[in-house]
Amino acid sequence: MEAAELKGRQESHITVVDLEMAYGSFVIQRDLNFSIGRGEIFVIMGGSGCGKSTLLKHLIGLMEPSRGRVFYGDVSFWEIESRDRDAIMRRSGILYQSGALWSSMTLEENVALPLMEYSDLRGSDIRDLVSLKLALVGLGGFEQFYPSEVSGGMRKRAALARAIALDPEILFFDEPSAGLDPVSARMLDDLILELRDSLGATVVVVTHELPSIFAIGDKAVFLDSDTKTMTALGNPHHLLKESSDRKVLKFLTRGEYDSKKTDGL
Amino acid sequence: MKSQGDYHRIRIHAGNVTHWDSTLLVFLERFRKFSREKHVQVDFEGLPEGADRLLKLASATSRKETGDREEELSLLNRIGHEALKWYRAAGEIIDFIGRATLAFVNLFRGRAQMRRSDLLGVIQECGVNALPIVSLISILVGLIFAFVGAVQLRMFGAQIFVADLVALAMAREMAAMMTGIIMAGRTGAAFAAQLGTMQVNEEIDAFRTFGISPMEFLVLPRMLALMLMMPFLYFYSLFLGILGGAIVGTWMLDLPWVQYSHQTQMAITLTDVSIGLVKSAIFGVLVALSGCLRGMQCGRSASAVGLATTSAVVTGIVWIIVADSIVTVITSMLGI
Repeated sequence: MEAAELKGRQESHITVVDLEMAYGSFVIQRDLNFSIGRGEIFVIMGGSGCGKSTLLKHLIGLMEPSRGRVFYGDVSFWEIESRDRDAIMRRSGILYQSGALWSSMTLEENVALPLMEYSDLRGSDIRDLVSLKLALVGLGGFEQFYPSEVSGGMRKRAALARAIALDPEILFFDEPSAGLDPVSARMLDDLILELRDSLGATVVVVTHELPSIFAIGDKAVFLDSDTKTMTALGNPHHLLKESSDRKVLKFLTRGEYDSKKTDGL
Repeated sequence: MKSQGDYHRIRIHAGNVTHWDSTLLVFLERFRKFSREKHVQVDFEGLPEGADRLLKLASATSRKETGDREEELSLLNRIGHEALKWYRAAGEIIDFIGRATLAFVNLFRGRAQMRRSDLLGVIQECGVNALPIVSLISILVGLIFAFVGAVQLRMFGAQIFVADLVALAMAREMAAMMTGIIMAGRTGAAFAAQLGTMQVNEEIDAFRTFGISPMEFLVLPRMLALMLMMPFLYFYSLFLGILGGAIVGTWMLDLPWVQYSHQTQMAITLTDVSIGLVKSAIFGVLVALSGCLRGMQCGRSASAVGLATTSAVVTGIVWIIVADSIVTVITSMLGI
């Protein structure tokens, strides 16, 4: 049993075991158990205020769990030195909800800073690399703009360029399509798929956008704010067909499921 | 409703209602609740269709139990809570000072994640750019001291000692304190607002998850710049304060310029200037510390940034005054 568990942890990229999240004595979610495979696009979904973004914070080292463990491979993330945690996080890229570009720097400097801190590349190499990353997200030519001078969608894409600056093994997205129009949101979804395929990166997405969930999600976990735990885990398409949980179905059908049921009665 | 035993059912005809707003709904809802308590059934008839639907919608979704937000606490309980809050706040300040110190240690080991361009930017901001306001305030403070002294000293024909008064006051107290307070209002507030806004925008989180220490990258250059610039500002302020005194001395008291400047040179010693210099360096640290501390503690809303800024200025000024009194008491006990 132990050996099998260990083997499972080594094969998956992130494993969450009995995780409990709380603000002080107020528990948000408990008994979370799931694993994220390498190269998988994993979706954390659920209604507003169910703890999606909080779960993300636990995965990226911004909030310590009140109980339970998070494994990166077979390393228990919260039981190692913070310096080693930094080393793990250096191999990941994060796209924050608001983009979180450093407002006092140009887009070029934003993307270049991680490279300057953590690579031995020369200035001219870094500049070319930054241009490449910005071109990848469709922002070639905007190097000298400040975050406040570009639109919300462009800020998000620039933040994505920064997130992939160090060629991460794992990418985290916090509500990537929040505040974007449907077409831009779709473009971002395509970009996520493209990056997963080309970089071979594992992707963790926090979202409640149904089209995105079905378009990109290999596996999804549903967090329920009433029962304060996860109520579904699996491929979103399968969940739609097979889940027996009322709230999961209601969520995945945009509430249709519930009204159909009441119509039938 | 007094003789409720006689009524079992109330019927409300609203067929003639043509104009209505939400207050109608509130009234009907309140009436229905009241009747339910008295066990009287109420029927509404002929309500406008929209009102009827809104009424149904409001009663369809039940009130969620969200718990008491603000509990009523006894006086003793509240004192306890406040005390705990103070205790925690003190802990946070000590924690912050400790981490700032570690950042400085890293700086001296040459391993701090700080960009020179950031440091130079902050130096310009809290050094050169602060000169106009420091000039104005320093000259005016010198003028004021000279005026106050002149009125008294002229009665004894001792107007020349205005030079001593101004020089000593500026060197030992006012130059350091005024620049400290100006910097608390100007730069401390700016630090808190910048860091607070970055906190709101998740920019600080972004630094952290890139493994870049916000203490070293953001706080260190700000503290360093202010610590370096404050002594310079002190000298500048001292010079202009004495100049302000000299303006009053030569124009109002008709003292010859040479005599005034000679008297000033006689009045202040190196000790006085050193004391002021040490004070200004301490104030620089305190202002930077309060600004950065409040900025980093900032919550995640726009109003939190305002609170952080206010708190930075208040904390900065309080710390300056307290530190100044401590230093003054110590120097007078040592007799210097």
